[in-house]
Order: sequence, then structure tokens, then C-alpha cells
Amino acid sequence: MRKYSVFAVAREALRGHKGWGPQWASPEPRKDYDVIIIGGGGHGLGAAYYLAKEHGITNVAVLEKGWIGGGNTGRNTTIIRSNYLYEESMDIYEHSLKLWENLSQDLNYNVMYSPRGVMMLSHNIHDQQSFKRHINANRLYGIDNEWLTPEQAKAYCPPLDIAKNARYPINGAALQRRGGTARHDAVAWGYARGASDRGVHIIQNCEVTGIRRDESGRVTGVDTSRGFIGAKKIGVSAAGHSSVLMEMAGVRVPLQSQPLQALVSEPLKPIFPCVVMSNSVHAYISQSDKGEFVIGAGTDQYNSYSQTGGLQIITHTLDAICELFPMFRRVKMMRQWGGIVDVTQDRSPIQGITPVPGLFLNAGWGTGGFKATPGSANLFAHLIARGEPHRLAAGLTLDRFRTGRLIDEAAAAAVAH
Amino acid sequence: MLLIYCPYCEEERSELEFRNAGDAHIVRPANIAEISDEEFEEFFFLRQNPKGLIFERWRHIHGCGRFFNAARDTVSDRFYTTYKAGEPKPDVAAILKGEQDKGAAR
Repeated sequence: MRKYSVFAVAREALRGHKGWGPQWASPEPRKDYDVIIIGGGGHGLGAAYYLAKEHGITNVAVLEKGWIGGGNTGRNTTIIRSNYLYEESMDIYEHSLKLWENLSQDLNYNVMYSPRGVMMLSHNIHDQQSFKRHINANRLYGIDNEWLTPEQAKAYCPPLDIAKNARYPINGAALQRRGGTARHDAVAWGYARGASDRGVHIIQNCEVTGIRRDESGRVTGVDTSRGFIGAKKIGVSAAGHSSVLMEMAGVRVPLQSQPLQALVSEPLKPIFPCVVMSNSVHAYISQSDKGEFVIGAGTDQYNSYSQTGGLQIITHTLDAICELFPMFRRVKMMRQWGGIVDVTQDRSPIQGITPVPGLFLNAGWGTGGFKATPGSANLFAHLIARGEPHRLAAGLTLDRFRTGRLIDEAAAAAVAH
Repeated sequence: MLLIYCPYCEEERSELEFRNAGDAHIVRPANIAEISDEEFEEFFFLRQNPKGLIFERWRHIHGCGRFFNAARDTVSDRFYTTYKAGEPKPDVAAILKGEQDKGAAR
């Protein structure tokens, strides 16, 4: 792998940029692999990268039915934070945030991680009580999160309207300064490049159509649109399609697939310095380095695999944005799209072993999977390599819906997050 | 936005008037206190989440307020039919065939 550096850029600048090669190889699939990971998003590619880098397992293939990073990795609003309420959540999201901080250096690929601060607006006394509970839980656990008065919130994010007679009045905010954004495509590409360099096969346009098992029930490989490929271990990391894949192995999982929409505006000069989220009126917004506002809406209410969603959902979000930031009222929206998120009933992810030997599941990240990408990938690689979960992901088991040990972030946040 | 036919109001109305209520035809066990953890998980948490035909409940919350069921495709979001609560699952293949025949007759 050719190392990217300022010297490489300078050298190529003198040669008309004709010396750059492909960032990852596109090999023909082998007959069998030690590990197959289904799903070439950030989580899957990252897991392959960490399998090769930290566990020395390089006979690995990542199978992607479309193109890498073309699913939810390329469809989210790139928000990164770790201020969740429960220890199980804080463990994994904080692990992830710590990896984000050094990810560009680790991958030798600029993922444009920008810790610009994530501010969550409080609109009423219930928000305030809930946020302060989160802040206290976070600080006791060693995670930064602080309370801001409306004036402090306005100082941190000047476009915010804090008028007392606003439609959605603001009585404070919770701020995680280490939170921020990153470039979603670069995360997929950076992991793909790092994994490919270590010998991992990245196989695109290869849809898995079946999971084969032997008499003992153990997995033996997958049927794909490019024929049968054998595997000793299989990791499913396919977001909205995880339940479809698990069904192929005869495992039912508590996941529901729903459309989640996002949209971007026309590009503007830098004006919005941070990420602002409002759970109560359901809007979140940041400004990308290109200048576009990146806006996230809520999920549609019904199950769907259509990768679109209802217009009323984004209209509702834009209503709220226009009330919170009146100066943006005449900004034009440029593109809108939907991704299919897999949501669990307690709104916490599932990462763990399954009843099928050799089959591992990483799913249920719902509406908040992007921020978890490095941490989830890192711990999923540990799970696949060792056959048992890492300490930091030990609570995210599939059987918690039977044992009742739920991690109820749904009740903690009262909205999808 | 979806257009949904309420079988009670006998009218097609916008999705804004309705609330989705998850999988249809799930029967609450009569002996809920005695069932095992596995059975409770099955009843309470596990759902079909199919890619394709789904049978689901809707409630006409800003209309007649009643629950009814629908057969819908989760890839195209197209409703095959809606039917009243308590009625058996409709034969979607027959519905599709009926439409084809109608198309051919034209």
C-alpha cells in the first residue's frame, strides 16, 4: 500500500496526478475463507480491518451486494457522540469515540473527524431533567457532557433562536464537546484500503442468497450471486437486511426495518459551528465542509425496505429547523434520501453469538450506527476471532430479549437516536 | 406518503390519519403468567420483518379510531388490500391474479 503523505501529494502534483493506484483490490472470490463478513459498510469493512490488524486473521472476505459504503454508511448524517445513559451503551460508544480521535492516523486516510461539539436542545422541564440525568451519569463514568444555559447555548451556536416566545422555546442544552462529525465515505474507503492492504478480499456486487450449515448445525459457507463460497465463520453486519440474512440461517431476531430519511441543502458559507440535535421536535443539523446543511429526520412508522420515506416526515423536521434557526428559512434543499435502519425494541444494538455455531451477528444499530463504526467494528472483530464478546460489548447479547436484561435507551431518550 | 383504505370508513385517506401498529394476527397467550421465557420472547419481541409481503395492523387514529389489518409489500410499499380486524388473512395471490385477469380483459 502506498502511504499517503504531504510528500506523496507534492510528488503527484508534479506528475499530473497520474501515479495514484486503486485504493483497494477487487479480486475474484476464493473457494473458501476463514471468515466471511456479510455487509460492506463501515461496520463490516472495519471488522475485517481489525481482524487482520489486531487478530492476525487475513483469510477474510467482505461480501457486499451493491458497492461498499452504499448503504447506511453513505446515507447517515455523520453525527458522533457518546453521551448515552446506560453503562453498556457508554462503554461501546465511548470506545468508538476514542478510536475516532485517532482514526485518520491509524488508517493513514483522512476521515475528517471534526470534534466540533454536539449540542442537544432542551425544550421543557422533562427534557431538562432527562438531560441532567444523562450528564451526571456520563460524568460519573468519565465521559464529558455539560449543561448550558440558553445564553451559553446561543454563544456556542449563534444561529440559534432562544427567544422566550419562540414556538419551541429553549431552556438549556447538553453539550458534548468531543462529539462532532466525520466524512462517512472516507470511513468506508479508509477501512477498505487498510483491510485490502492486509490481504482481505473485498467483493462487491455479490449478494448472499443463502447460508449453508452442516449436520451439526455449524455454518459451512454462503450461496451468493457469484456461486458458493465456503467459510468457517460468518459475521452478519448488514443493517436493515440483517433479519433477512438471519432468517436464511433459521434464526429469528427482534429487528424491525424502517426507512430513515436525511437531506442536504444548497452549499452556504461556513455559518454553523457545531451539531445541534433536538429530540423533542426531532431535528438534527450540522454543516458539512462543503457548506451543505446535513439534516436528519425521523423514521417512518411502518416497516419497509424501499429506501425512501414519506414527505411529511422531512417536512416536519424542516418546520422545526425553521423555527429553531429562523435565518435558514429561505435555504433551499438539494437532495433527500432514505436508508433502511434495523431497530430493536430497546433501541440498543445486538452484537454477539447466535444459536448457530460459527455465525455472529452485529445489528440493531438503528438510527445511530455511524458514530459506533470504529468501536463496533473493533469489538465485532474481537467477537469473531475469539468466539466470545469483548468485555465492552458483553451486554449487547441477542438473548437479552429472553432473559429480560434489556438496555432501555428507548425509554431513556424517548425518541429514536 | 401512503394512501390507506380504511375498511370501516370505506374510504382512502392519507397516512397522516393512521398509526401503524406492527404485525397482525399475533394472539396474546391466555396463560401469560405460565408461559416460558422463550414463549414470551416469541410473543412479545420476535416479529416477521419480511422483505416482501407483510400482514400488519393499522389504526385509523384520526378517523374512526378503529384497528384494521393490511397486506402490504415492504419493497414497493404497495397495499394489496386492507381488511377488518378479526377477519382471516386474505389470499394475496388470488388478489394479484384477479388484477392480472382484469388487465388482460381490457
